[in-house]
Formats: sequence, structure tokens, C-alpha cells
Amino acid sequence: MSVQTFTGSVAPARPVSPPLTAQHLHLADRVAGWNIAVGVLALSIGALFGVFQGLEHAKVLDIYPWLQPVIKTYYQGLTLHGALNAVVWTTFFICGFFTFAFVRSLNRPYLYPKLNVIAFVVMLVGLLTAAVPMLMNNATVLYTFYPPMLADWAFYAGLTLLVIGSWIVGYSMYFTYYAWRKENPDRRAPFIALAATITMVLWQIATLGVAGEILFQLLPNALAPVLGFPAPGLDPLLNRTLFWWFGHPLVYFWLLPAYISWYAMLPAQTHGKMFSEPLARLVFWLFLLFSTPVGFHHQYADPGIPEIWKYIHMIFTFGVGFPSLLTAFTVVASLEIGARARGGKGYLAWIGRLNWGDPSYAAQNLAMILFIFGGIGGMINASYNVNLAVHNTTWVPGHFHLTVGSASTLTFFGILYWMVPRLTGHKLFTPLLARIQAWTWFFGMLFFSNAYHTLGLLFSVPRRTALGSAPYYDSQWNPQMIESVLGISLLTVSATLFFAIMLFTLLLPRKLDKPVDMPVAQPLDPKPAPQWLDTWWPWLNGAIALVLLSYGPMLYQLIRDAEFWSRGIRVW
Amino acid sequence: MSEQRSELSPAGETHSPQETEQAETLHVEKWEGIWIRIALGMTAVFILAITVAALSFGISVPGVTARISPAALNDPENPFATPGLRELAPGKYEVYMVAQTWNFLPDRLEVPVGAEVTFYVTARDVVHGIKIAGTNVNMMALPGQVSTLKATFTKPGVYNYICHEYCGYVAGAPIGHHTMYGQLVVADAPETAQALTE
Repeated sequence: MSVQTFTGSVAPARPVSPPLTAQHLHLADRVAGWNIAVGVLALSIGALFGVFQGLEHAKVLDIYPWLQPVIKTYYQGLTLHGALNAVVWTTFFICGFFTFAFVRSLNRPYLYPKLNVIAFVVMLVGLLTAAVPMLMNNATVLYTFYPPMLADWAFYAGLTLLVIGSWIVGYSMYFTYYAWRKENPDRRAPFIALAATITMVLWQIATLGVAGEILFQLLPNALAPVLGFPAPGLDPLLNRTLFWWFGHPLVYFWLLPAYISWYAMLPAQTHGKMFSEPLARLVFWLFLLFSTPVGFHHQYADPGIPEIWKYIHMIFTFGVGFPSLLTAFTVVASLEIGARARGGKGYLAWIGRLNWGDPSYAAQNLAMILFIFGGIGGMINASYNVNLAVHNTTWVPGHFHLTVGSASTLTFFGILYWMVPRLTGHKLFTPLLARIQAWTWFFGMLFFSNAYHTLGLLFSVPRRTALGSAPYYDSQWNPQMIESVLGISLLTVSATLFFAIMLFTLLLPRKLDKPVDMPVAQPLDPKPAPQWLDTWWPWLNGAIALVLLSYGPMLYQLIRDAEFWSRGIRVW
Repeated sequence: MSEQRSELSPAGETHSPQETEQAETLHVEKWEGIWIRIALGMTAVFILAITVAALSFGISVPGVTARISPAALNDPENPFATPGLRELAPGKYEVYMVAQTWNFLPDRLEVPVGAEVTFYVTARDVVHGIKIAGTNVNMMALPGQVSTLKATFTKPGVYNYICHEYCGYVAGAPIGHHTMYGQLVVADAPETAQALTE
């Protein structure tokens, strides 16, 4: 066979991947840098409102009367906090990170490099369009929209553009992936490139739900008074169902980029190897399969959806928890290899030998630890009837500040601690400050989220509420409120440090001593993954089939029986 | 994706047919395999526990009750036109409740200890939510839909029901989403109910 390979089959005129040159990387890295700059700027504003909200809840400081000329109410600030942190920061960071990492992993230039530039411009125009009504208090509907509340049309149009831009980032990856596949039919797709592509496809499927809500319901109603046609009306239950089709896979769009770093980059940052590369692929395929047919678990408390459908989505929700359980083992095993290579011994003592001195490593490992609690809380939220004890209480923000606010965000910080030096050519300002940033975030989130979980569970304290002004505020809440303020103080220090580190790394011309590049962990077992873990059709078709089965009948019914009784209304 | 069976690793070495066959099965390390089984077992146990709780203890979530046009809420024959508590049988009650910007109708309820109360809640304008503190009654109130859950109140006391879904607030106004709540008083006698809330 080897002889055959040598003589016969070398010749066929298969296209060869063009080499990835510094020039190609230059454009991709520019685009990645712009994305990250926008994301970090958005987060700096979004996070600031988080601090204001926490202080308002605990009656420490009600800053909103002083913000009047700019920000009218707590809820306008809350809209900015949710939209800027959960949508703008995450989406821009992820698009930048993928633009940077995909091309390096595949080791092939983008087929249409300009597509990434177009994507960024579309996303930025979308962001600016949506920002105007948000800042003018014309879109104080939170990022969950919740019609029949109706915002200015520009808010919905801007968010639509933002999503379309992120789709284009995906298309650029699909085209390039396809070209690479044609050029390399026998090779396994490199893990990072494959996992990033799966994440983008997942995002594509997820966003169809919210696209339906915006294009067929929210925009027509918001445009009606502007263009002078009669408003078609809204069906709140149908709207919510379309939103949560998107709203849960959204969290995997936040989480999977962090998983990519944990699986395939972080081990290399502590002298480890990917413990089980094929299993990591399986994990990503399972996420593609199970991430969307789960949305009704956000609607357990909704009327009008039969219990059986909520129950079915509960089972899928536990299905999508399973790959995270696999991740817990495999990632820790990969890191343990590194710690032992660094002289770690014993059952647990090796943990001390992990590369804690590297802020990028420390931030991501701490993010993982917080995600253990976030994951356990998530299973509780998913648990159908148990959810009644916590639905819409402060338990929920307590939960997602551990997941998107820590597992994703703190990991993204960690990634930026090597990526920004790579993009700017400047030394990180400084590793010590960055380590302090990571640890203060860790303890800050620990206190904050513990307090909010407890408040929700014990006292049913509602979320999305200006608690400091509520007549039902109870002095029983005080111990947890004090704990939350301790957390918020640490988080304020941490966030300030993060923005300072970003700013000074960018501005101070302290040239790197030695070049930095994307860490890529090698698999422990060099044998390539089985073909079925590198094959799209079973997984993609399976995902589409599960979406159709889990949403098809109920959506058909909701659309058939839709009553557009509600008119868009402004209540802020 | 490719029809060719020759296995080229990224490094470019060719594998023997035997290795190729092995490569098609996912190799799982021993402890990894044990953990996978534990994870699957845990998932199954969780789902089972939830199912048992739902079926045997009747701890369930809201389902399909009825639909009602927000415009029809004031029609005289509509139970939501006169929201409030009705006694169906000794110890058994129903409550028809309207959530609207920014209060609950009614915003005060009194029931005796041991009362079993079925709540029917709808919204007049935007989406609201209701959770009766310390109970499993936790529902969204949507315009056009009726949400239903039942609770039995065995302990005397004052139970707040708070709107837990953002429903608006105009800068400077005395009321808004965060002032929207009501109180359910569970007491042996009306005088005790009075004393409890004072």
C-alpha cells in the first residue's frame, strides 16, 4: 500500500491548500483586533451598570437620579447591562477570537478574506443603529424584548444587522472549511477549526428563532406607526416561544468558545496535552445536536404550553448537560498531564503545580472552577418542577453570572491575556495585575452569586427589579445584600484592572521580548479521530431533525391558533 | 466525507488497514469510560427523580388552561371582570386575578389556614409574573392566556406575591414594576389576619 501511495496516487490533480502567509494573517488579525476592541468597550459600559444595579439593590447608593440627563431609569441601565454584556461583548469577542483562531488552526488562508471585513462593518453598523434608541430610552425592553412591550424599530433593525454580521463571520469560515476539505479529503479537520465551525452552525440554527420573532412580529409592529400601515398585532406566547428557541442555544454560543480554549489551548499553557481529542469532537457534535430542542425549559412557568412538551424539553436539557459532564473529566485530565509533567505529585497536590503564575492560565482555570457551581445550578434550573422554586428570582442572575459572567467572560479575559500581546506586539501590562484581576473576579463572583442564589431561593426576591425602591424590601435580606456588596466591590476592582490592563497594553510601546502565538495543545494519542467524528451530515441532519421534532408540532399549533390581540405598548 | 479509505494522519504517515479499522471506533480510556457511565447514570437518576416528583407528588408546572382576549376582560360574564376570591366548597377556593401595569387585582387576599386555593391569572397589557413566596406557585402572566396553579396554605402568615417580570416604569413615577405586589394572608380568624398585616 505504501508503495502504491508512492508511485500511483500522488499524482491526481487535487487542489493544494495555499500557504498561510504573514500577509493573510495580517488582515485576519486586524479584523480580530477591531472586533475585540468593540467588545471590550461595550463591556466597559455594560459592567459599569452592573455595579450601579448591585448598589441599588442593596440600598447602598441609588445613582439613577443623578444619571437623569443621560440615563432615565434603572431599567434603561438594565437594558444596557444585558444587551452590551450578554450580546455585544460576547458576540464581538467570539467573532474576533474565531477570525483569529480558525485560520491558524486550519493553516489555510480565508477563501474570501474580505468577507470578515464586511461582517465586522455590518455588525458595527447594527450595534450603532441599536445603540441610538437604547441610549435615548426608546428601547427599554431588556434584551429579552418581551412583547407586547415595543421598542423603537431601530433597536430591532440594529440587532438584526448585528446577528447577520455574525452569520457572515460564519459563512467566511464555512467557505474556507469547504475549500480546505476539498484540498485535504483524507485528513481530519483540525480540532479548533472544526469546533469553531460547529459553534457557528449552532449559532446559525439558534438565531433562526429570534430572526422569526423580529422579522415577522416585532419589526412590522414597530414600523407600522412610522410607515403608516395598521399594526398587525402581537401574540406574546408565540413571541416568547420564538425567543427561547434562540435564548438557550445562545448560552452555548457563549460557552463553546471557552470550551475550545479549555480543550485545545489551555493544556498547552500548562505543559499538558489533549487527553482525548476524539471525545472532545464528540462533545461538540453533541452540543450541535442538543442545544436547540431545549428552549421550553425557559418557559416552564408559561401558560399555554402543554406540560408534556415542557417535559420533553427537560429531557433534552439533561441531554445537553451530558457533554459538559464529559468535559469536566477530559479537560481536568488534560491539565493533570501538564501538572505532572511540571513535577506535580499525589492525588490532588498536583493542582498546585499547574501554571498558576501565567495570568492567562490562572484566569481560565478559575473560570472553570466557577463553572462547576454554574453547571450544578443549571441542572437545578432545568429540573422542571424544581424550577418553580427559583424561576425569575435573583437565583437566576446568581446562576448566569457564574456561567456567561465567569465561565465565558473570565475565560475570554484569559484568552485576551495572550491574544492582545500577540495582536499589538506589546508586553502584557502587567502579569501581576492580570493575576490579581483574575483572582478578584473569582472571589467577587463567588460572593455575589452566592448571595443572589440565596436571596432567590430563601426569600423569592424577584430578578430584573429595582429592589432598593421596592415597598416589599425586607431587612431579612440584609446579610446576603452585604455579601453581594462585598462581591460587587471586588468585581469593581477586577473590572477596573481588566480595562486598565487592556488600555495600557495597547498604548504602552513595550515590545515583546519573544513572540507570542496561539497555544495549541497536541493530542496525547496521535492517532486521528474516527471518520464519523469528522463527518457533518449525521450530526447536522440530526440537529435539524431534533429541532423539527421538538419545536415543529408546538410551533405549528401556536402559529395556527395565534391571536394577535396585543398591540405594541410603551410602558417606560 | 471522503470515499477514500487510506488514513493519513496530519503528520502524513500511512496506517495499515487494521489500524484504519481500529481508528473508526472511538477509543475510550478506562477511567474516562467509568466517568461516562457515571455521568449517564446521574442524568438518568435526575430525570427519574423529577418524573416521580411530578407524577406522584403532583408538583407540576402550569399547562394549557384557557385563552382570553385582553379586550374581553371587562365583559360582565367574564370571571376576570370581578377579580377576587371565591369559596367553591369548605376549604376550597379559587382566585381570579388580573395583572396589569402596575398592580395585581386583587392585591390582598385572606384565606383560612388549610385552604386549598387555585389561582387563575391573566395579564391585561404586558407580560407580568407572579410568585407567591414560600410556595410552588410561580407563573408568568401573559396577555391572552390564563395561567393556573394550585397551592395549599397550612401555615398562618403573610405571603407576598410579587411581580417578577419586568413590566415597565416611567422615570419619577411613584409606581412601577418594582412596586407591583400583593399580599395573601393565611389566618385562623379575620381579626388575626388584621393583626398579621399591621
